Amino acid sequence: MIGLSHMLIISTALFFIGVYGFLTRRNMITMLMAVELILNSVNINFIAFNKYLYPGKLEGVFFTVFIITIAAAEAAVAIAIIINLYRHYKSIDSEDADTMKF
Amino acid sequence: MPGPLYIALIPLLPLITFAIISLVGNRYFPKFTGILGTTSLAISATISLFTAWQYFFVEGSVNGVYQQIISFKYTWLEFSPNVSIDMGALLDPISVMMIVVVTFVSLMVHIYSLGYMKGEERFSTYYAFLSLFTFSMLGLVLSSNIFQIYIFWELVGVSSYLLIGFYFDKPSAVAASKKAFIVTRFADLGFLVGILLLAFHAETLDFQTLIQRLSTPGDYLNGIISASFLGVSALTWGLVLVFIGGAGKSAMFPLHVWLPDAMEGPTPVSALIHAATMVVAGVFLVARLFPIFAMSCPVALDIVACVGVFSSLFAAIIACTQTDIKRVLAYSTMSQIGYMMFALGVSEYGENGLGYMASMFHLFTHAMFKALLFLGAGAVIHYVHSNEMKDMGGLRKFMPITHITFLIACLAIAGIPPFAGFFSKEEILTAAFHSNKLIFGLAVTTAAITAFYMFRLYFSIFWKSEHHPHHGDDHHGEGPKTMLIPLLVLGLLSIVAGFAPFHHLVTSDGHPLHTEFHLLFAAGPVLLAIIAIIVAMVMYKKESALPGKISEGLKSIYQAAYRKFYIDEIYLFVTKGIIFNLIGRPSAWIDRNIVDGFMNMMATVTENFSDTIKPIQSGKLQLYAVWFFAGLMGMVLLFIYLWA
Amino acid sequence: MMTNLTLLILVPLLAAVAVAFCRNGEQAKWTAFIGSLCQLLLSGAMAFAYFAERKAGNTAQMLFTERHSWFSSLNIEYYVGVDGISVAMILLTAFVVFTGVLISWNVQTLSREFFFLLMLLGAGAYGFFISLDLFTLFFFLEVAVIPKFLLIAIWGSGKKEYSAMKLVLMLMAGSALVLIGMLSLYYYSDDGNGNRTFDMLKLAYQNIPLEVQLFAFPLMFTGFGIFTAMFPFHTWAPDGHSSAPTAASMFLAGISMKLGGYGCLRAATYLMPEAAQEYSWIIVLLATIAIIYGSFATLMQKDLKYINAYSSVSHCGFVLLGIGMLTKTAITGAVMQMVSHGVMTALFFGAIGMIYERTHTRQVEQLGGLLKTIPFLSTVYIIAGLCSLGLPGFSGFVAEMTVFMGSWQRPDTFNRICTILACASIVVTAVYILRAIGQAVMGPITNEHYSHLKDATWNERLASAALILAILAIGLAPFWLNNLITPDAQIIMENVARGGLIE
Repeated sequence: MIGLSHMLIISTALFFIGVYGFLTRRNMITMLMAVELILNSVNINFIAFNKYLYPGKLEGVFFTVFIITIAAAEAAVAIAIIINLYRHYKSIDSEDADTMKF
Repeated sequence: MPGPLYIALIPLLPLITFAIISLVGNRYFPKFTGILGTTSLAISATISLFTAWQYFFVEGSVNGVYQQIISFKYTWLEFSPNVSIDMGALLDPISVMMIVVVTFVSLMVHIYSLGYMKGEERFSTYYAFLSLFTFSMLGLVLSSNIFQIYIFWELVGVSSYLLIGFYFDKPSAVAASKKAFIVTRFADLGFLVGILLLAFHAETLDFQTLIQRLSTPGDYLNGIISASFLGVSALTWGLVLVFIGGAGKSAMFPLHVWLPDAMEGPTPVSALIHAATMVVAGVFLVARLFPIFAMSCPVALDIVACVGVFSSLFAAIIACTQTDIKRVLAYSTMSQIGYMMFALGVSEYGENGLGYMASMFHLFTHAMFKALLFLGAGAVIHYVHSNEMKDMGGLRKFMPITHITFLIACLAIAGIPPFAGFFSKEEILTAAFHSNKLIFGLAVTTAAITAFYMFRLYFSIFWKSEHHPHHGDDHHGEGPKTMLIPLLVLGLLSIVAGFAPFHHLVTSDGHPLHTEFHLLFAAGPVLLAIIAIIVAMVMYKKESALPGKISEGLKSIYQAAYRKFYIDEIYLFVTKGIIFNLIGRPSAWIDRNIVDGFMNMMATVTENFSDTIKPIQSGKLQLYAVWFFAGLMGMVLLFIYLWA
Repeated sequence: MMTNLTLLILVPLLAAVAVAFCRNGEQAKWTAFIGSLCQLLLSGAMAFAYFAERKAGNTAQMLFTERHSWFSSLNIEYYVGVDGISVAMILLTAFVVFTGVLISWNVQTLSREFFFLLMLLGAGAYGFFISLDLFTLFFFLEVAVIPKFLLIAIWGSGKKEYSAMKLVLMLMAGSALVLIGMLSLYYYSDDGNGNRTFDMLKLAYQNIPLEVQLFAFPLMFTGFGIFTAMFPFHTWAPDGHSSAPTAASMFLAGISMKLGGYGCLRAATYLMPEAAQEYSWIIVLLATIAIIYGSFATLMQKDLKYINAYSSVSHCGFVLLGIGMLTKTAITGAVMQMVSHGVMTALFFGAIGMIYERTHTRQVEQLGGLLKTIPFLSTVYIIAGLCSLGLPGFSGFVAEMTVFMGSWQRPDTFNRICTILACASIVVTAVYILRAIGQAVMGPITNEHYSHLKDATWNERLASAALILAILAIGLAPFWLNNLITPDAQIIMENVARGGLIE
């Protein structure tokens, strides 16, 4: 029987894969994808909790939809930023965009 | 008893003159300022003479005893109900005598300067300064409050500074003025601390009360005597410190170094300030506090006597070797003031107060003949344009009037009867004889040396060979009338001033003093003086090899005296070597490098710390994310364990 | 209307705003001139009103008080009023601001901003001197700090950025200390009903616990002490003064250093009497060191401004000495010294600035013979010098002598020795002043260029005359200032005497 804890294990794994990807990849598009993974791990959590703990309610589902929407908007903005950075640096390596410092 | 208010005019007239000249006169009527100053001072002098007449012969004495009269007194600065600085005028025999001397000599100098300073670029400034000085000096002698005297004390100091530095484009004059001010300022420090000490214990600054409290037995006197520091009573400290102030102003050893250099000023100024008036302020101060000195603290009076007699002899020896005629006169002034000082030092209060009377008497006569000497020297310098004896000689043919008056003054200072100096000097010697034989012996020696160097000066200027610059042409050497009149007036006074009945008028307690005149006693010093004059005549009347030989024979002593016993060098060592290099320089260095260095170090440390931690702000997005997640994890763990 | 103290803050503020709206430098300086003239007249009128009120028998401690709640939950009030000490300081401020504007007549770059900041500084100083609420006091103290940074950093000379930064950082550190001290007083000012107060007149009689006083007093005193260049926190003064433009130097030395002295007296000593007695000896010691060491350090300076800056350290030592000695006469003397030094040093810096504008050097050994070519300015310099070395007839003498007289009333050996050392500094002062005068002003002309210098213009003459007049007014007739200050020094002393250590 697949229970809540299995779901949580998957979402945790997904979360850390996302974190790993975010911290190690230098390509900004990949980093954006890693962020999407993190968001999706959260979505899984929402759905799982909704289903197993409060089956009669819909808040979890709503939030998931909400997050997906936000993620889409965020991706649009992020890609716009990345394109601008690319125009400026001729690269989308995050190491190159380090002028924001002391 | 309230006195007449017109006394206030005596010092105020010169003050007003000073204000007028410096504010408008300088700019709009510079030529006229001399006349203006002289006129106002003539009025002032007339009032002083009138005051003296009133005081001495009309209303000053009650039952034959001269009183102290407070003419007026205004509170100037109040510290507490009992202790305040008042501006007032105290009339007693010495202050009345002094206002006459000051206004009179100042008037002579004003008249003389009309000729002497004619055509000077800063003619009006000169008269402004002269007026300022006269005002300050009059304020000083009239002071009714010990702080008032300190105020005017500083003011005469600064007028002297301004006048010595009158030719300010000459570096030597600037240096001399600086030296005069600083040395006297140093002495004034003693005066100030002395005032603070005496005033603290007597709980007053008023002269009359102060003297009354500290010279008669009572709580105040006991209090100040029982308070002691380093084993010496506060009273002795106070009086000695006050005397240090007086010694600085009066050029007593070892604070005399400024006086010879002060001769850089215009000669009439030397006559007024550095011969007749300001330099006797120290004597005046001791005389003013004399009851305290004499009745409560004989130790301090002994110190006065020792310093006086030593300075007197010391200066006389140096005077024999100097070649600048004004410097000779400066040392002679110092020597004569030493005379006045030790006369006070050997005196007692009341009936045995001969020394006090003699000192004041000598102050009076000395003012006349020394002013005359300086003015005469001024006339000579005016003519030959040099201060050095070697540029002079044979001037008697060119300057007959100057010659005669100068001779009178020399005879007066040498103590030859019937000239003024004889009488006062004789009284001083009598007083010394009755008090202390050693002082008497030194005083007589000094008198002989005085006669010698004065006539060395006289013969070198007016006799000897004639190789001055104007030799051969028929240029008449005498100055204009304005310069001759003061010479004649002062010459006359140098003859007759000795007959003034001082022992009736000016005594320590106001009672007339009975003096006796012993012909034999007087004859000794006079004889010595005459011998000294003859020696000087032999050596200096004609060009001779004798002086050279003698100085060769006494080479080491002569050199030491010629170099003024190296006192200047010692001072230079102390100021440059110790104060500048060992205190000033290290303080400045410490301030820049340690105190400020500490502040800069704090800034540097902050900056370095910031340098160390700022790489955290690297601009690398993923590094930030690592920190972010690490922080998040940390917080999660924290919450779990805190809640658990 | 003369008794409305808020006007004293409003007029300079309005003048500042008016200056900001001027179209060019010429307009700006005339606006500033008129504004400062108004302040001068207003302060004068206020002083007369004060005298009249006192003469009429008004014995309230503070006159012309005005009180509005400002931040009621913390009991912060806008509470102003004046006593004799404040009146003296206000007159000083008015004189310095007025002459400062006149001396800055030739400021060319950004002159609008310059005069704006100058007016702002004035507003801060007035506000500080009339505040009776600690918080308002602190507020105005800060107002008077920031413009200095800009004045020095923009219009200064030499290593101006360094000096400006140093000055502002040190003064800010000072105000931080003041803030801590102030807050600790506030928290212990509880009257039992949970009402805390910043009101100084209440705080002074609140019986704040000794431990709190012992903690807060050093903070507050050091904080204000930094403003008044207390040893060893004086090093901002030489650099700051010498880099600042003339008017800012005048303001710094003339008023800003007095903010500190006034604060030490009013906020530290008056509010914490017991601690003031406990720490008296430390203050006296530090003051004596500042006096002696400052004057010796001055001996070695070569730059006219540095000479005056170091001598200011020495002279402000007299202020602290007077406060530390804790006798009525000494405190009166300290206040007199503040006023006297303020006017004198303003004149001094003014004279130096005017000379520098012509000769383009302040190095003593490069100057010489100026008395011949620019007699007026040189005379002004000499007068300032003579005042500084404490010549009778000028203000410095009166103030110093009052401090000495007051200090001498403390009969123990330690205080005596400190007093004598302080007296000794008058000799050293004479040495460095006369050296500077002798080399820079007198002597032969050292530079061909100096023989074509132009003497003072009308504005410079007016400014010098105003300051000399003030110096003479104190120096020749000190009784009015004495009468103004003494009653309030008495009140402060009575409060200090509650501490019980001194009878």
